Amino acid sequence: MKERKLGILGKKVGMTRYFTPDGRSLGVTVLELGPCVVLAKRSKTKNEKGRTDGYTALQLGFDLKPERKINKAEAGHLEKAGGKEKARRYVHELRVTEEALAKFEVGQEVTLKDLDIKTGDRIDVVATSKGRGFQGVMHRFDFAGVNTATHGTHEYFRHGGSIGCRKWPGRVFKGRKMPGHMGDKRVTAQNLTVADVRPDENLMLVSGSVPGSTNGYLFVRPAIKKHPLP
Amino acid sequence: MGLTTENIEKQQRRREPKFRTGDSVRVHVRIVEGDKERIQVFEGVVIAMRGTASRESFTVRKISYGVGVERVFPMQSPSIDKIEVVSSGRVRRAKLYYLRQRSGKKARLQARDLGDRGGLVEELSMAAAVVEQPAENAEA
Repeated sequence: MKERKLGILGKKVGMTRYFTPDGRSLGVTVLELGPCVVLAKRSKTKNEKGRTDGYTALQLGFDLKPERKINKAEAGHLEKAGGKEKARRYVHELRVTEEALAKFEVGQEVTLKDLDIKTGDRIDVVATSKGRGFQGVMHRFDFAGVNTATHGTHEYFRHGGSIGCRKWPGRVFKGRKMPGHMGDKRVTAQNLTVADVRPDENLMLVSGSVPGSTNGYLFVRPAIKKHPLP
Repeated sequence: MGLTTENIEKQQRRREPKFRTGDSVRVHVRIVEGDKERIQVFEGVVIAMRGTASRESFTVRKISYGVGVERVFPMQSPSIDKIEVVSSGRVRRAKLYYLRQRSGKKARLQARDLGDRGGLVEELSMAAAVVEQPAENAEA
């Protein structure tokens, strides 16, 4: 991941219908984005010990976290950002350009107003997909299953079939698709169109669906495929 | 639960639906052709209504040159200029899909008193749409 224009953390509010000013109807996902707090900065400049982070990023926090939930390690980390009231539930680093890094100081608030995203722009939304539990190959990988229900086929309708060859290679190749845990992993929805931005309400309307459940945490960044490297 | 989509749906309310299934309506639709805009009227019987808030829609059925035509309109669509309620029919169910199997005299509905539902459906001014800020918005 290379340095990008600034993104922001938030959560999914839900889906609804939205009428654009010219009368079209869109299925949109409502995202609550920010306000976030800059908890730390990562830069390529050397510190007093002569060490460098080696990359430029802003560590952002979203969603207020009550003081009783903070452990000592976190309290120490928060000290630099301005104390325990800066504690947030969702903390994530976003790679940004040097210019974006220079604009923000540790402890400062980041809101939708600070972002260079407007209606019609393309964005990427990164979130944790809904967990599906342990699933078979038909659900997990869209296998066809076994389509002969007769000729003595017994308890073999939703299986994946053969998983390999014979004496050679005598093993199952790595990456073989098999049943297992599905969902609950990081998913990026790329090139989604922004239907509306409402900085005063901290809301963004995105055309189409977004990974994860309602109230699930996510972050938004300018689409990497639509925005060439700065 | 924090924020919901309820507020956004409220903001998009353009009209209060005051007709119901069985009523005859005249829907004035804005049609954009190139850079010109004109109004087309679709008149027929409301045979179904579904959904709530900004997702609400209704189906209008009419017989056009002997062919049954149905059109589904989103209730809050900005491309609807206005809706007139013409008359009312006495119906005993919410979805009048049985009308599709009927034609001619059999497809008639017994007239019912329109009451105060006649005339134009009231348009809500978009500026007056209530923008309520939920208390949860203050956190985070």
